[in-house]
Amino acid sequence: MNARADSAKADGVAAAAVLASAIGVFITGSLTTLAEISQLLKTALAWSGAVGPLIGKTGVGVIVWLIVWSILHAIWRGKEVNFSAIYTVSLILIALGWLLTFPPVFEAFSG
Amino acid sequence: MTMTEREFWTVLHGMVFGTVFLLAFAGGFAGVWSLKPELITGAGIRERMKRLVIGMWTMAIMAWLTVFSGTYIVYPWYRAPDPGSPRSFLLANADTKAWHTFGMEWKEHVGWFAPILATAAAFIVTYYGASLAEKDRLRKAVLVLFTIACAASAVAGLFGAFLNKVAPIQ
Repeated sequence: MNARADSAKADGVAAAAVLASAIGVFITGSLTTLAEISQLLKTALAWSGAVGPLIGKTGVGVIVWLIVWSILHAIWRGKEVNFSAIYTVSLILIALGWLLTFPPVFEAFSG
Repeated sequence: MTMTEREFWTVLHGMVFGTVFLLAFAGGFAGVWSLKPELITGAGIRERMKRLVIGMWTMAIMAWLTVFSGTYIVYPWYRAPDPGSPRSFLLANADTKAWHTFGMEWKEHVGWFAPILATAAAFIVTYYGASLAEKDRLRKAVLVLFTIACAASAVAGLFGAFLNKVAPIQ
């Protein structure tokens, strides 16, 4: 590894990876709760009868994560961004995603 | 010494993939934590980067193998509609119902956070390489992502172990 060349790398790539992963976590958490609110959504997310809606909740979360990551990576590559602000937003999204997968929370919305 | 196919996959999912991920966490965390110019020489940082990158990607891959084997192989056996399945057994008794409604319901969702966050952490370490030692904000962000990934995996692993004790997949 060439430390001198690496040190010139801007923080945009890291910001893209952090924010995209947080969005993936948040989407997975949101779908967990939304599937309790909407039976229609729960059925739509059950891509496999054997696995049930879990496959759709996590599948959409992973797909959104990868798409957002590739877009943000392309936009922010080689750029200095406000990493502190992006990092703070990411931590909030991760906390919300975590909260929305906590059973007492999503069961409170259960129909 | 016999083992059913279902028991084999359950052990592989929890005791092999999941445990390797959790065990490797301590090494990876220590490696990123000590990646500071005031603690290690430049040559020392470069020397350990290859090991660190391999370790981080091993963890990320283990996390993916854990959730894929859990969700697509073991979970269908757990939630099968027949009365003998672990889910049916747990829900049939008021004393064991919460193992499913709280333990399994939390585990099956939160476990997926681990590979997503571990992959992001591994990518950042790989992309920035030795320069991460000079980028304190990024290094700390990696440690936080890494720790949250481990916490998600620990919740899933802990409930997985308890669930397999209360209602084993056979």
